[in-house]
Order: sequence, then structure tokens, then C-alpha cells
Amino acid sequence: MALWKPDPTFYPSPRMASEGPREKLAYVVAFNPDPANGRHDALCVVDTDPQSWRYGSIVGRVEVPNVGDELHHFGWNACSAALCPYAPHPHVERRYLLVPGLRSSRIYIFDTKPDPRNPKIVKTIEAAEIAARSGYSRPHTIHCGPDAIYVSALGAADGGGPGGVFLLDHDSFDVLGRWEVDRGPQYLGYDFWWHLGYDVAITSEWGTPNMIENGPDLELLTQSKYGHQLHLWDLRRRRHLKCFDFGPEYQIVLELRPAHDPTRAYGFVCVTLSLKDLSSSIWMWHREGGDWKIRKVIDVPAEPADPDLLPPALKSFKAVPPLVTEIALSTDDRFLYVSCFGTGDLRQYDVSDPFNPKFVGAVRLGGIVSHGPHPKAGALNGGTQMLEVSRDGRRVYVTNSLYGAWDKAFYPEGVRGWISLVNVGADGRMALDPEFFVTFDGERPHQMRLEGGDSSSDSYCYP
Amino acid sequence: MSGAWPWIAVALLGAYHGVDPSMGWLFAVALGLQDRSRRRVIAALAPIAIGHLVSIAAVVALVAGAMAGGFVWLRPLGAIVLIAFGIFRLRRPLAHPRWVAMRVGFRDLALWSFLMATAHGAGLMLFPILMAMPAEGQSVAAMPHHHMPMLAPGGHLGPLAAGVVIAVHTGAMLLVMGAVAIAVYEWIGLKILRSAWINLDTIWAVALIAAGALSLVI
Repeated sequence: MALWKPDPTFYPSPRMASEGPREKLAYVVAFNPDPANGRHDALCVVDTDPQSWRYGSIVGRVEVPNVGDELHHFGWNACSAALCPYAPHPHVERRYLLVPGLRSSRIYIFDTKPDPRNPKIVKTIEAAEIAARSGYSRPHTIHCGPDAIYVSALGAADGGGPGGVFLLDHDSFDVLGRWEVDRGPQYLGYDFWWHLGYDVAITSEWGTPNMIENGPDLELLTQSKYGHQLHLWDLRRRRHLKCFDFGPEYQIVLELRPAHDPTRAYGFVCVTLSLKDLSSSIWMWHREGGDWKIRKVIDVPAEPADPDLLPPALKSFKAVPPLVTEIALSTDDRFLYVSCFGTGDLRQYDVSDPFNPKFVGAVRLGGIVSHGPHPKAGALNGGTQMLEVSRDGRRVYVTNSLYGAWDKAFYPEGVRGWISLVNVGADGRMALDPEFFVTFDGERPHQMRLEGGDSSSDSYCYP
Repeated sequence: MSGAWPWIAVALLGAYHGVDPSMGWLFAVALGLQDRSRRRVIAALAPIAIGHLVSIAAVVALVAGAMAGGFVWLRPLGAIVLIAFGIFRLRRPLAHPRWVAMRVGFRDLALWSFLMATAHGAGLMLFPILMAMPAEGQSVAAMPHHHMPMLAPGGHLGPLAAGVVIAVHTGAMLLVMGAVAIAVYEWIGLKILRSAWINLDTIWAVALIAAGALSLVI
């Protein structure tokens, strides 16, 4: 149904978005890491309203009808990009959550209205439809664009490459087809985002389904076969523009966080592993003159550790790699949050000057060796992984699982799922919220989406 | 029918398209904000107006040509097109052109504006007004061979009158669009979008259907 006025959760600019009301609910997917037991994955609703007596608890839970989907990332049907001037459709609702299964390649579409605590599955896009119409499978990142819903995919239906991007109609959710007209040298896929103000899209590289679905492959890793490139695209003409190669030392190029301000042409990407010293790094792409460049702006070193405390895959290295697998940029583009799945650190950097990030502080939750504690639960297992920053930048939600098949390599004892909350004070300093702690029984939470949008759900056409 | 009202209606429709954010002023403001330049806002207005003009002119020229050629089915055909387009807009309220993006030049903007105006049915809405334009040298009564008033070809829209219709409509559109764009860019700010961008799509679709029906009897 069309609305009479623009959806109140659509904001012309990131500044207006950060002034919007606080989220009272959050959605989180929880997957069953052991499908043999027959349990279904679920979309859960978390109460995030501190005034509510159920604050920090799960108040809604909808199971999907199949087993083994591995719900992972997800996104809204529409967001602030609907206000973009060239393809305006401001009277649609932010209402449907598109939730892909990373293993099954199905996309479940949940309707969050009329009861946002009790979403209903209204449509399922089957893997066969995605494969037939786009050639892709393993849908990952969902972004509501000005003209369609964009979905990145890790590979082809047979588990090989290439990975890429396909489009869904934002009205009917029909698969419209492959996005790329000319993919150039790009083969591996993972994340996808854009600079709407510059008609530029960016994609990153992990591996094809065959390279990742049985866990990290040490042979592929040592041969530098996982992704080590970043690709720049002409968003309008759907053509490959430029490839940035980090070099074979760097492996696994994941989350893309372009500046929210559409007039600013820079963004951050995390590289999970350096084969030289197990460090992780963060790189910044930026436009200079008419050209795009990239440089390393943050290094996160590995931490020496007693081999007895390390899982088999890491014993010989005598160190815990930070495994930066997620980064999040606050809506005002001021703080970059860096998630270290290996050490458990949530690191905060002031990136007001994106060329010179300043380390502000860290909170340690879980970690392979340190098991950073929470006041409500004591020592934690798993490690800081998915992050979601509220629009006002005052809260960072954290979950602790990476991906079923890869969790095993780093946490062989299994990951016991939790969600924590880190508050960011008016002075910009992080502090762990002692009250908010959500646990899962046998399930692992992954991405979260906050009511009315969050710092990674929306893109804007106006500064 | 005669007098000033068709001209007023032509101008008011132009003004309406000038106010509508999706017809152009919002794009002009966005381009200005992107470059932090009021000149960019103003520079965007001309191509947007030209695209709008061409879309309007296409309809006006078709109608004027059909009138000049004595095409007897013009009235019912125009009515059917209007009603059908109105029904399409009702059934697919979210349909919108998907073309270009934020980095646009003069030609892109003009073509974008042409597409937006055409998809909106901006020119179509002029049809009943054109049919009611004061006849030049003929009248329905003077044409006894048209027994059914429905098939009366309406007035004869000369090239001059057609040109004035296009100019008045686009002129009003450009004036209002320019005023709104500058006011929003300089003083009001885009927060206005959140409250004032009212969904008139349904009303516009119904108006298209009504205009189709009206053009049969006017």
C-alpha cells in the first residue's frame, strides 16, 4: 500500500536520520549450526526500549519453514534511498525484511506490519528462481536502492564463480536479473555498496561457495586464492571501472562502509588476514582529482598466545589473529567500529579525518583466548563479530558468530550465541551496557536490523 | 466553450508540475547540494524545463495535427488513452522510470525530465483543455455532418495557439519549479520533504480518468 506522506523512517540526509527517534525494537536472525537436529532458523525480535520491562529480551520469534538455510545478512525493502530525486517513490513503506539463507539461497520476505513483534512470511524466492533469472546463488548483502533492491551473491548455482550482484523489483520482489553489464576482471564476490552521489558502486571479495562452505581451506589460503581485490563500478552503466589489488599477502576482503554523506567520496573496507603476520587491516578508498585511490589506514596486529589455548588451526602460529570480519561506520561518518572475531575486541576509531584514523578505545567481548566477560554472563565464548550502530550513533549492538562452517575453525567448542550492547556516551566513549544481554539456546545470532533503519541499512542522496 | 479558463487551466497544470518534487525541482536541489552551488540549482532548471516541454509538445502537436487533419476519432481515442493511462497509474502506483543517477549533464537531465513528465501523463492531462480551446473559424454547430457530438473534432488548434499552450504551461512550470527549488535550497531545507511530499498519485490517476470522461462531453 502507498502512504499519504513519505514513510517517516525515510530521511533525506544522514544528519536528519541521526536526529530521528531511538529504535525500540531490533530484528536479528538466529541460525541453527547443526541442521541434522531438525531445528529451524528464525527471525527474532528483540526489545531495545529501556523503558520496557522486557528490555533486552526476545519478544518475537518466527521460524522459517525449512531447515539448514543459515540465515545470515538481511535488509529492508525500502529505505531513505527512496527519496532520491531521479527515481523517487517516497510513499512506499519500510515494511518488508528480505532475509536470505546463505546456504539454501532462498530469500524469505517477512512483513513486519501490522504487528512488528510478529512478522509474517509473505513470500519466498526460491534458489531456482534466482539461479534461472540471474545465474547467481548464495545471496548475501541486501541494499534498498533508489531504483531496485540490490542483492550481492557469493557465486553461481553450481558453487563456483562468478559472484556478483542481482536485482529484485522493489514492488513485486521478482528477480529482475544480473546487475553487471560488463564485469571486467571481477570474479569473486562478497559485499556491495555505493556512493550514490558519484554513481559509483564497490564490491569486495571473499570466495566462491565451493571455497568457503566446508570451512576455511588452509591450502587455498596459503596459495592466496581467497579474495584480495576491491572493485569499483559505474553504478549507472553497470560497468567495471577499476580493480584495486591489495596483493597476495592479503586475504579475504569483506565489509564495505562508504561515507553516508553523498558528497564525500571515501569509504572503508576490512581485510581479514595478512599471510605475513596474521594481522588484519583497514583500507580507505577515496576520490582524488577524477581518479580513485586506496591506502591502508589501520593495522590491527595479531596477539601472541600460548599454543595450548589455541585451536588446532592456529597452534603453530602461537598467536591469535584479530580476524577483523566486520566494520561499521556511524551515520555521521565520525566513528568507525572494528570487530575482531579472533581477539574479541570491539575497537573504536575516530575517522573524522578518514586519512588519519585515531584509536579511541576498545571493549573486549569473548575471543579465542581471552573470553572477555559480560557482567551478566561472566566469560563469553565466540567473539565480537556482527555490529549494528544505531542511527544516532549512541548504541552499538554486537553478536558473536561469523559463519557456521568457519566458527568451527576458531571456536571448536562451538559458539554459544549472544547479543551485547555497547553504549557510546556524549563524549564519544564506549561503555558496555551491563543490563542488556540476550542469549540463545543452541542457536547463533548474526546480523541485526534496527527498527526504522540503522547505520548500514540506508543510503542518502542529500548531504 | 471559450474565454480565459482554458489558459488558466493550462498555466495551473504547469504550476502543479512545478510544485511536484518528482517533476524536477528536487533533482535541481540535489545537484546543487552535491556541488554546494546555487548556480548548479539554477543551471539544472533549463534542461528539466526543456524535457518537460518536449513531452507536453508531443501531445499538443499530436492533438493539433489530428484536429487539422479532421481526424474524427480524436475525441474518443484521446479519452480512451487518458482513461487507460489513469487505470494503469491506479493499478501500479509505485511504477516510476528507472533511468540515470546523480551524475547528469544537460542532455541526461532533459531526457530524464521528458521521461518523468511522459510517465506521469503530464501532457495527456492537457487533452480535454485542448479539446475545449476556442474554435478558430469553426464550431461544432457549423458542422452538420457530425451527428454524434462525441465525434465532434473540437476546435481547430492552430500552430500559434498550440505554441502558446506549450509556452504557457512550461513557463508556469519553470517559474514555480525555480521558485520552489531556490526557496528549498536557500531557506527551507529538505526536511520539508518529510511532511509536505503528499502522495497525490491516486488523485492524479483519478483525475486522468475524469479528464478522459470529461473530454467526451466537453
